[in-house]
Amino acid sequence: MARTIQSLERAAAMLRLLAGGERRLGLSDISSSLGLAKGTAHGILRTLQQEGFVEQDAASGRYQLGAELLRLGNSYLDVHELRARALVWTDDLARSSGEAVYLGVLHQQGVLVVHHVFRPDDSRQVLEVGAMQPLHSTALGKVLSAYDPVAHSEVVEAERAAFTPRTVTGLGDFEGLMGLTRARGWAADVEETWEGVASVAAPIHDRRRMPVGAVGITGAVERVCQDGELRPEIVAAVRDCARAVSRDLGAGRF
Amino acid sequence: MSENPSTASHGHGASSHGHGPFIAAIDQGTTSSRCIVFDKDGRIVSVDQKEHEQIFPKPGWVEHDATEIWTNVQQVVDSAVHKAGLSAADVKAIGITNQRETTVMWDRTTGEPVHNAIVWQDTRTDALCKELGRNVGQDRFRRETGLPLASYFAGPKIRWLLDNVEGLRERAERGDILFGTMDSWVIWNLTGGVDGGVHVTDVTNASRTLLMNLHGLRWDEKILASMDIPAAVLPEIKSSAEVYGHTVGGVLAGVPVASALGDQQAALFGQTCFEQGEAKSTYGTGTFMLMNTGHEPVNSYNGLLTTVGYRIGDQQPVYALEGSIAVTGSLVQWMRDQMGLINSAAEIETLASTVEDNGGAYFVPAFSGLFAPYWRSDARGVIAGLTRYVTKAHIARAVLEATAWQTREITDAMTKDSGVELTALKVDGGMTSNNLLMQTISDFLDAPVVRPMVAETTCLGAAYAAGLAVGFWSSTDELRANWRRAAEWTPRMDAATRDREYKSWLKAVERSMGWLDDSTVEE
Repeated sequence: MARTIQSLERAAAMLRLLAGGERRLGLSDISSSLGLAKGTAHGILRTLQQEGFVEQDAASGRYQLGAELLRLGNSYLDVHELRARALVWTDDLARSSGEAVYLGVLHQQGVLVVHHVFRPDDSRQVLEVGAMQPLHSTALGKVLSAYDPVAHSEVVEAERAAFTPRTVTGLGDFEGLMGLTRARGWAADVEETWEGVASVAAPIHDRRRMPVGAVGITGAVERVCQDGELRPEIVAAVRDCARAVSRDLGAGRF
Repeated sequence: MSENPSTASHGHGASSHGHGPFIAAIDQGTTSSRCIVFDKDGRIVSVDQKEHEQIFPKPGWVEHDATEIWTNVQQVVDSAVHKAGLSAADVKAIGITNQRETTVMWDRTTGEPVHNAIVWQDTRTDALCKELGRNVGQDRFRRETGLPLASYFAGPKIRWLLDNVEGLRERAERGDILFGTMDSWVIWNLTGGVDGGVHVTDVTNASRTLLMNLHGLRWDEKILASMDIPAAVLPEIKSSAEVYGHTVGGVLAGVPVASALGDQQAALFGQTCFEQGEAKSTYGTGTFMLMNTGHEPVNSYNGLLTTVGYRIGDQQPVYALEGSIAVTGSLVQWMRDQMGLINSAAEIETLASTVEDNGGAYFVPAFSGLFAPYWRSDARGVIAGLTRYVTKAHIARAVLEATAWQTREITDAMTKDSGVELTALKVDGGMTSNNLLMQTISDFLDAPVVRPMVAETTCLGAAYAAGLAVGFWSSTDELRANWRRAAEWTPRMDAATRDREYKSWLKAVERSMGWLDDSTVEE
């Protein structure tokens, strides 16, 4: 049997100890119960505290189980919570970019649109919340595929249909796009799903840096691109929005 | 709760705001004071916010420390202007919006409040209101003021202070004491306080005192006499959009103070409901719906309030009908905190979306009686139509439907009173992020529900009114052109289903009434 890691065993024992009683425990209670030197116990507790598995009561200095343990068992972010947190930022992205904004999450083999902000002109538009988009050709789908391993395995196994002559269908080319997306932190779709339509999207991370969704704009290729290139100010605005929502979810700066 | 869009990532790239000048709006609210700086397109440039203490001296009593509030207002203005990197020269005007009806009285020579401000939610004047109703009851002043005699409104709170703060009545009659709602308190302090501060209020705030005659927009002498309130304490009633005075001191010294609107009226203005029949509904803990009824006050025979919507300078005033729902967002919180059926407010939609309909269950959240249009204090909450089939998901759906049906009841009452059909409902507030709720409201109203792109309609309304007063914006048409639709929900429910469901809802409402009888009615 492979060698086990002693400090992990000790950390597990600490969590069991804290889970056993209803009272909070002090450092000396913990170290003496487990037969550890105070310094050793303190180092482990501090690490657990940093990860959110243990919390220290400010007044008494005693330790208790942390909220992170509950989240482990119930770990997905509610999509409606995501929408509520994203609302102000996505409104602002629509205003600054002049384009429609979509927020998408992985659902089965595609992207589920969970939030949609109209393009800020007076034209008639229909709310597309609940619609599905393909993973392999849209900007939202590419971002999810690049950052979320579950999405990635879906897209690799699925048949990647050619919606337009520009759709990237071959696996090698597609993996190249994934690498590019991860390297620059955003993805684009220039007439790869719909003729005449371009979009840009960036990933949203939660407080544990897990990819929870993607946000992006979609508009006429003539407005989103200039001289065959995506307009840099639009890319910047999309990335700003994704970062702002991530920050709101507790993700650190990056 | 969430960090505001303009605090961190803004000012870069495509999301940067336009170049000045700007308008600053102060929102002196029930739980906090905020300052938001807007650019000419109505976009948010910067925000700051500070909470103040809620003081509960006795059950049913709610107070604020007006001195703390004034300190906070100065801080948030300072901070918002600094965050935006602006100086007084960049800001063309300051607008005020405020929690309505909250009452403060202070000494004009020292600037010191004589008592904590009595907050609108405070019920200490319940008995006084009954007494003031005499043999007529709570509608004694409705014809003049558009309001029932209820503890929310400022007039009875003034009377309570005069009766209960020692020596106050004598000082008030000598002319040493000033009364104001929070707009007056903020404006008086902004414009110099003891050194020449102007003592004014606007028509919308004055329309919540029970002391202003809606037709002449003047303090009503008969009512003042009936309530035994000396006219000397009252501020001068001004329009909602005109220069009241100039800021003295602080980071915005010399900037005109140019608007005041009660918070719900400010939201009506921010939603650009400038045409008769246009309405907005703000979905928060409770819900407030206002409909523009044009230049004449409309009497309500269906339990709504008649109030002033706004008045721009010396133009004709615009009136509104108002209906409120006591329990909306707070019902979702109740599901989370008391029932533990969800972990966050947003999860109500997740849970409700797991079923197609309410499974026959209807939830009437009459936690403290039924408000508009019924006004039945003997009602209490019921969940009706329960069978073995009903799950927590059906209850979650019934929770959302309760808000939607109550919206329908208020719009029906508004249509009856005003004779104007609602063409579309403009919504704002935290619950507008709930897609299922918005769709359900559209289904039940059989009308489109529209969410604007700037969620901060209250502050925006105050900014708009101030900007109009100083010529920063030329007209309400220009403001309307700034308005952007962020989302629109259109009805998808067939008429037969809607009618059948509405009947069931009304049956459930009936079941909630008369729960308390004389021996159990709470004081």
